[in-house]
Amino acid sequence: MIYMCYYAKIPDIIHAAKIKISIGLLLKSHYLSGSSITIMANTQKLEEIASQVRRDIVRMVTDAASGHPGGSMSSTDILTTLFFNKMDCDPINWTKTGKGKDMFFLSAGHMSPLYYSILARKGYFPISELSTFRKIGSRLQGHPSIEAGLPGIHQAAGSLGQGLSVAAGAALSKKLNKDNHNVYVLIGDGESEEGQIWEAAMFAAQKKINNLIAMTDWNGQQIDGPTSEISSLGDLPGKWEKFGWDVTVADGHNIQSILDSFENATTKSNNDKPKMILFKTQMGQGVDFMVGTNKWHGKAPSKEQCADALSQLKETLGDY
Amino acid sequence: MKFENNGNKDTRSGFGAGLTELGRTNSKVCALCADLSGSLKMQDFIKENPERFYQCGIAEANMVGVASGLAIGGKIPFVGSFANFVTARVYDQLRQSVAYGKTNVKICASHAGISLGEDGATHQTMEDIGLMRMLPNFTVINPCDYNQTKAATIAIAEYDGPVYLRFGRPKVANFTPVDQKFEIGKALKLIEGDKVSIFATGHLVWEAIEACKTLEKKGISCELIDIHTIKPLDEKTVLESVKKTKCAVVAEEHLIAGGLGELISGLVARNHPVPIEFISVNDRFGQSGTPVELMKTYGLDAAHIIEAVKKVIKRK
Repeated sequence: MIYMCYYAKIPDIIHAAKIKISIGLLLKSHYLSGSSITIMANTQKLEEIASQVRRDIVRMVTDAASGHPGGSMSSTDILTTLFFNKMDCDPINWTKTGKGKDMFFLSAGHMSPLYYSILARKGYFPISELSTFRKIGSRLQGHPSIEAGLPGIHQAAGSLGQGLSVAAGAALSKKLNKDNHNVYVLIGDGESEEGQIWEAAMFAAQKKINNLIAMTDWNGQQIDGPTSEISSLGDLPGKWEKFGWDVTVADGHNIQSILDSFENATTKSNNDKPKMILFKTQMGQGVDFMVGTNKWHGKAPSKEQCADALSQLKETLGDY
Repeated sequence: MKFENNGNKDTRSGFGAGLTELGRTNSKVCALCADLSGSLKMQDFIKENPERFYQCGIAEANMVGVASGLAIGGKIPFVGSFANFVTARVYDQLRQSVAYGKTNVKICASHAGISLGEDGATHQTMEDIGLMRMLPNFTVINPCDYNQTKAATIAIAEYDGPVYLRFGRPKVANFTPVDQKFEIGKALKLIEGDKVSIFATGHLVWEAIEACKTLEKKGISCELIDIHTIKPLDEKTVLESVKKTKCAVVAEEHLIAGGLGELISGLVARNHPVPIEFISVNDRFGQSGTPVELMKTYGLDAAHIIEAVKKVIKRK
């Protein structure tokens, strides 16, 4: 198990210390070498995109007077980094089969505002279409649909616990096709209470699906309260490790930590294990009155609250 | 009467034979099973294509999801288990991960109905046709014998979309042609007649043939139509027949609720109302017993079809 960031609760302290040192050296070197400037600039650029994506989420949910801002904002930095830095994807020539490209599946379908903003900002469909979110006739359904025909979406999600299995199947199809690309899937920590997640966990380890990279938005909250009080996940890294996965813990709001975790997950070509990156996050990250609480899991802000939220989120790429 | 039993065979073996042939002819075809590959007669496919078979263990929900992902990646996954475990147990997975996106997954259900016998009601599903035909985008097929099941298995690989293929455990009459071409959605008129239309599906088709033989001797001319595809229903063939005969019997190994009888009744009521009798099970679970005992006890045999025909003709 690898810890990508600097948490106090690190059981394997010796191993973590090594990682900490290596990341420290890496960060230091950024200031010294030419290539490091590019990385730093990328980090800053990714933070700017993430700020705009959070603005999109708040505006979409406010306009629709419904939707799920909390989890969308806790996963914003993860998906921004994945789509704008890591994934080999082609928004213009996107295909449902994902042939010759990396694929992404959103299992926690209620994070649809985030997903749609990312796809639009990446160029899968016009940014202006974000204004149709949750409205009748829209391709931007409340939860992602492929029936609606929105580019970038490989499978519907909403009823929880299914996406990890689907992503495992897609990763197997890549192996059959000798397609050397990865399949990414984002699940929620609350979603991990579903039994199917652990069926998929056993399956992917048994079948050595090492081109499957799962990510958990570990924000510790669900609709009815903190996950620790509802159906505690306990030692989540330990659970995944015991299920036979290669586990990384990272700071889901630190772009460098996210980048490092992706690098770690994709450079282990000799590792037969499927990969799980557990991203420590805060629900509602980015807006002071939304952060760290389950109250904003599935609630839309009022117009006044929206204005307050937007005042805290820099407009970097232009609102839709 | 031209139909002869060429020896009893189980329809699940027809599925296995069809899958084996597909393994040789279509490299996109994969198979998945949840610890029942022997019961599903998948052994030959597995032996010849180990890299395209996925043993999923006793975890049907994950199996359906994995099949969905394989289909998204361009494969043609055939998911096999007992009918109850690939319908009711995984209904939400079928709904969201397969039906909603018209994902090209073939759900192959053995041990359907009551005729699996001694395992009893936990394993006997008589709700599956109703469940599966309610899901938008699903095609529902219930072939009647070994040869037809094999042909149907091969045919559904060519069709791009979700299919529910239903078959059974017991060895029953094998009477349809070996070399038949299976046409999805096309009902087969097996016997031409004018006094009553009998619409039968699955194991009940042979029972209906036996009933027609007896009734013919008594001078009652029956028209027998094999409804192997329940959805989409061949409405034209059904309506043409009832317009001629002016009454119908529908025979199936299923509950009345959600079954072929309800489906045909709805169609007939909207277009050309005639009296209809049902050979199906009314709102109860099955139990342990031999297949023949159970089919008789639950009123799913030739003798009950004969009584239903006599009754419905009087209601004209």
